[in-house]
Amino acid sequence: MDFRGGRNVVLAAAVVAALALFPLVAGKFGIDLVTKIMIFAVLALSLELLVGQTGLVCFGQAAFFGIGAYAVVLATPQYQAVSIFWLAPLAVACATLYALFVGSLVLRTRGVYFIMVTLAFAQMAYYVFHDTPLGRGTDGVYLYVRPSAEVFGVTLVNFEKPVSLYYVALAALVATFAFLAVLLRSRFGRALAGIKANEQRMRAAGFSTYAYKLAAFTLSGAIAGFAGVLFAVKDAFVNPELLAWHLSGSLLVMIILGGLGRLWGAVIGAFAYALLQEFFQSQAIFGDLAKHWLLGLGLTIIAMVALLPEGLAGLPAAVSRRLARKPARSAGGNA
Amino acid sequence: MATPDVLMRGEKLTRRWGGLTAVDEVSLELARGSVHAVIGTNGAGKSTLINLLSGEIPPSSGRVELKGVDVTAWPQPARARAGLGRSYQRTTIFPQFTVFENCRLSAQSRLQRPWAWWERADACALAVEAARGAAAKAGLAAEIDRPAGLLSHGGRRQLEIAMCLATDPEVLLLDEPLAGMGAEETDRMLELLAELRPGHAILLVEHDMDAVFRVADRITVMVNGAVIASDAPQAVRANPEVQAAYLGHHA
Repeated sequence: MDFRGGRNVVLAAAVVAALALFPLVAGKFGIDLVTKIMIFAVLALSLELLVGQTGLVCFGQAAFFGIGAYAVVLATPQYQAVSIFWLAPLAVACATLYALFVGSLVLRTRGVYFIMVTLAFAQMAYYVFHDTPLGRGTDGVYLYVRPSAEVFGVTLVNFEKPVSLYYVALAALVATFAFLAVLLRSRFGRALAGIKANEQRMRAAGFSTYAYKLAAFTLSGAIAGFAGVLFAVKDAFVNPELLAWHLSGSLLVMIILGGLGRLWGAVIGAFAYALLQEFFQSQAIFGDLAKHWLLGLGLTIIAMVALLPEGLAGLPAAVSRRLARKPARSAGGNA
Repeated sequence: MATPDVLMRGEKLTRRWGGLTAVDEVSLELARGSVHAVIGTNGAGKSTLINLLSGEIPPSSGRVELKGVDVTAWPQPARARAGLGRSYQRTTIFPQFTVFENCRLSAQSRLQRPWAWWERADACALAVEAARGAAAKAGLAAEIDRPAGLLSHGGRRQLEIAMCLATDPEVLLLDEPLAGMGAEETDRMLELLAELRPGHAILLVEHDMDAVFRVADRITVMVNGAVIASDAPQAVRANPEVQAAYLGHHA
């Protein structure tokens, strides 16, 4: 679906190559920023699977992300590195199990109710980390020792080095994108598309749609938890805001901004959102106004969504449609 | 099972909505090789009856049997996989997909393999063949690559049947397949029904009386949720109660 023809593959390879070369020219700040954006792109992809591909508007995606991140920190003893090869599966499993539990309940609702109930379950998880000894309160928890990545005594990746983290995030983004692109062409992916288009017809054809939706919800939670692992390893710090509805809302804005229904949209949306945020937060450009960055960001997003209903990923198609229409109209043909 | 040919049986099916009884103790049998038509005025409970048989809504009381098995407690998808296909009165298709993909996705339900995430869905020869065959049978071979949303009204009704056939059902529940069709399209659809008859048990809910009397082997007449007559077409036509309740409007 996302690899229609060879042109898209060439384009994707060019983008990956550009991202791979970026640390050679960027400074510490740039590397750190793009690492963070790529992790959020993985998270946005997990939400795109639900919202854009299955038609389930989840307003609690941050919970799975936060649970993955917290699991990494809480499962690490204070002064001892733990192997990422059991820490990451453990953390992803925590997020996956919570998604399976939440999904089995919320998928009995529809529409607005679904949105509200996913939000409610995410807020519940938020308060567990915010207000109980488990989460150690509002101030969050530090990860004193980042995990190790050793195989037979050989260190594969040093997570203390920002450049290493950058390439890990890039590899994770490429792998997640490729996995979802293949998945969406499979029978499972097509069934999700069918559920989004017309669930009643899918049931009449013989698909147990609840099981399909639960599988999609759980998979999405697992990917979000994976993004949470990356985030915890990168920042070495977690706080309850990782599970808050602000982040769930921002993620929805990202995928809408980028264009629902296309995997590319989630990635472009994550980049656009973060770069716009950096732009409006810049004191060098806006001076004191930078304090009110949300205003500038909000207005820009409203303008972009109004002008580009298909999102940034739909921009090339919209432009080529307009170009194709113009000559036809001047020649007297009907549009 | 009384006769091996009976593929579907409803026994004393009743559905109440609060104080209203939409379907009232309706019993009927669908046998392979015959078209069983259900007629009745608007609101007589015909569509509700189809929903009870297909499992879209549970009955308040009564029993549904599919190929000799009690399926009353089965959800709709399980009944569909067991060989039950239905079409909807209000066209229910995937408008964004092509005609082919509409049929292919329906056929996919026979071999779902949802765990095989690395396999391309359109690489499944079985589903592709079933989809092309079903589209051709329903008369849509020429439009197979068009987006379904761009089909004419008649074309969408044909697609509805094609999607149903793509799942290779033995029992067909067709809810007003002729609604809004022109004379030519109606003829083609009736030909298709005649062609399908030998291998299938068909329930036909239809308002077009001429069509019903042309294809039906048996006609059940419903009024206010209850069956007032169920017989061969000629007997139903001669039934004074039916004439008073329903056919009288035409006479």
